[in-house]
Amino acid sequence: MSEWLAMDGYGAYVWSAYAVTLIVLLWDLTAPARSRRQLRKRRPSRPPRSTPT
Amino acid sequence: MKFPVWFHRLGSPPTFYRFAGRLMPWCFALAALIGAWGLYGGLVLAPPDYQQSDSFRIMYVHVPAAWMSMAGYAFMAVCAFVALVWRMKLAELMVLTAAPIGAAFTLITLVTGSIWGKPMWGTWWDWDPRLTSELVLLFLYLGVIALAQAFEDRRAGRRAACLLALIGVVNIPIIHYAVTWWNSLHQGPTVRVFGESTIHPDMLWPLLAMTVASKLYFAGSLFARTRAALLTQEFKTHWVQQELSGDRHV
Repeated sequence: MSEWLAMDGYGAYVWSAYAVTLIVLLWDLTAPARSRRQLRKRRPSRPPRSTPT
Repeated sequence: MKFPVWFHRLGSPPTFYRFAGRLMPWCFALAALIGAWGLYGGLVLAPPDYQQSDSFRIMYVHVPAAWMSMAGYAFMAVCAFVALVWRMKLAELMVLTAAPIGAAFTLITLVTGSIWGKPMWGTWWDWDPRLTSELVLLFLYLGVIALAQAFEDRRAGRRAACLLALIGVVNIPIIHYAVTWWNSLHQGPTVRVFGESTIHPDMLWPLLAMTVASKLYFAGSLFARTRAALLTQEFKTHWVQQELSGDRHV
C-alpha cells in the first residue's frame, strides 16, 4: 500500500495532479446548486396567491 | 434546412428542463462507474512506464481532460453556430453553460501537465506551441464567459459571445497539430483513431475508459448547468416558481 502511494518516488506529483482534478471537478459539480440557492433567496418568503373567491 | 418537430419541442425551456433532469443522473452515475474502473486500471493494474516509471499515471487525468477541453470547445462552437444562424435560444444558453465546464477541463489539463512536466522535462512551464495554444484555449473560454456579461443588453452580449466562440474554433486544429507542425517539447500522439496506437493495450484501456467517463461527466454537468441557467433566465415564469417552491425547506 505505502509502496503504491509512493509511486516510485513520484507520489507527490501524481497525487497532487489527481487532487487538483478532484478540486476543480467539485467546484464545477456544485456550481448549479449554488446558483439555485441564490435564486431561492430572490423568491418572496410566501408565493403570491390568487385571491380566493 | 429544417429540424424535426421533437427538436423544436426540446427547445422549450420547461421541456428541456425535465428532459435534462431525467438524463443527468444517468450521465453522472455512468461517469462515476466507468471513471472508477478506469482509475483502478490506470493507477493499480497498468504496469509502470519503462522510461517515466509511475509518473506516467498523471496521463489518466491529463489526456482525457485535454481531449475533453477540445471536444467541449467544438461542442460550444456548434451551439454558437446554431444560435447565430437559427437564433435558437437554448443553443445560445448552452454556449454559456458549456464554457465554464470546458474552462475547468482546460485548467485541469494545464495544471496536471505542469505537474507532469516538472519531473519529466525539468520545468513547470515552457512557451511551447502545444502548451501555449492550450493556454489560448483557456483564454477563449474565459473570453466567451466575460463577453456575455460585458454588455448592458443581454442579447447583444450573448451574440458577441457566440461570435467569439465560433471564431476561436481555429485554435482547435492548432492545438491538435502543434506537436506535428512545430518542434515541441510535448510528445507526439501515441493514440491513433486510424492506424495502430503506439501504447500498450494494458495502458490504453484505462485511458479510453477515463475518456468515456469525462465525456459523460461533461454531458451531466452541461445538463445540470443548463437547468440552473434556465431557472435563472425564466425566473418570473410560473413553472420556475413551481419548481423552486418544491425545495423551500431543503
